[in-house]
Amino acid sequence: MTKLIIILLSAVFINNYVLSRFLGICPFLGVSKKLDSATGMSLAVIFVMLMATAVTWPIQTYLLTPSNLGYLQTIVFILVIAALVQLVEIVLKRYIPSLHKSLGVYLPLITTNCAVLGVTILNIDEGYTFLEAMVNSLGSGLGFFLAMVMFSGVRSTIEGCDVPKSFKGLPITLVAAAITSLSFLGFGGVIENLFA
Amino acid sequence: MNTLQNFSKGLIKENPVLVLVLGTCPTLATSTSVTNALGMGVAATVVLICSNVVISALRKIIPDKVRIPCYIVLIAGFVTMVQMLVKAFAPALDQSLGIYLPLIVVNCIILGRAEMFANKNKVFDSAVDAVGMGAGFTLALALMATIREVFGNGSFMGVPIPVLSDNKISIMTMAPGGFFVFGCLIALVNKFSAHKPKKEEFGCAGCPSAAVCGKTSCGGKEAAVSD
Repeated sequence: MTKLIIILLSAVFINNYVLSRFLGICPFLGVSKKLDSATGMSLAVIFVMLMATAVTWPIQTYLLTPSNLGYLQTIVFILVIAALVQLVEIVLKRYIPSLHKSLGVYLPLITTNCAVLGVTILNIDEGYTFLEAMVNSLGSGLGFFLAMVMFSGVRSTIEGCDVPKSFKGLPITLVAAAITSLSFLGFGGVIENLFA
Repeated sequence: MNTLQNFSKGLIKENPVLVLVLGTCPTLATSTSVTNALGMGVAATVVLICSNVVISALRKIIPDKVRIPCYIVLIAGFVTMVQMLVKAFAPALDQSLGIYLPLIVVNCIILGRAEMFANKNKVFDSAVDAVGMGAGFTLALALMATIREVFGNGSFMGVPIPVLSDNKISIMTMAPGGFFVFGCLIALVNKFSAHKPKKEEFGCAGCPSAAVCGKTSCGGKEAAVSD
């Protein structure tokens, strides 16, 4: 149980996907302008990360590894994620239209999000069990959510600032991201000591 | 557009990293040391050349409706090949690039070039475009890695630099330093290209998030209107 909590907390804070692993930077910079779109995107990412792990982990463990097809990992995973996202979209549209309305726009965009492919591959690389892999995916998704929501707040503050001309737009956003990421460095070492 | 222009546009005018701002994830993650950056750059360039050539050759065969899945499968195939080659011949590089090597699949530069250039142009032109873009990517990565390694680790390609190695600013090699150096480099590029008319940003049409993306003009314009 302690291990699961450590995995969850370190995925959210220490190895934050966006701010310390640099995965999913495109949506982080692109969709974080407004709070509601940032929330929608992050919820969709959490959802897809969990689904993708639930599908890819068994495929890797019970199909690819026993038949020595480990090298097909990249191709199989990206195809599975792409197909899964399409499927989820169709199912949501048919049965839960209200959820589709709020997540729908973001779902197709996640297919080629490196955070989703990254979490599925990392779960295998780290040698997690199924439960640990699911917890890690949840933590990674929550970390993404946290970073997005925090950063959309930071960005709305920047909007009103007088920024040097060459820094307008993306450069100042990146510098702000640097400072946000700096704050996450403070979590290093905290989680391990919490349970020591 | 002649061949030379086609090649050189990727280096400066349409540099995929610093001007089109594509492929930010590997740029930030693998620019902690020059060796890593060069390894990443070369690996991505190889994939880019292969995928551009094949997609250009198959551009009349691949049905328009399913072209993106087709491209992804092709790219994933080439990435797997590169992954196996790196594992076999440069295991140290494989260790240090880790997860970012398979993640070349989802690098926007590669899908972006396939969508924007390779499916409209002849095989030779596409190959030249890929070499140029790959070189631009590698160059930008190496530039960023040089800054980060020299100041953050006091070394260049692993060789220590006398004064700097005693005065490391180790934050430069950590995550915040990556964002910071990248932001400053883009600001520098903006500064020097400020007097030129704003170029049409077309790199992101291949990006699946183009529609809601506020980063570049394609999505930003719409967002600005609706604001």
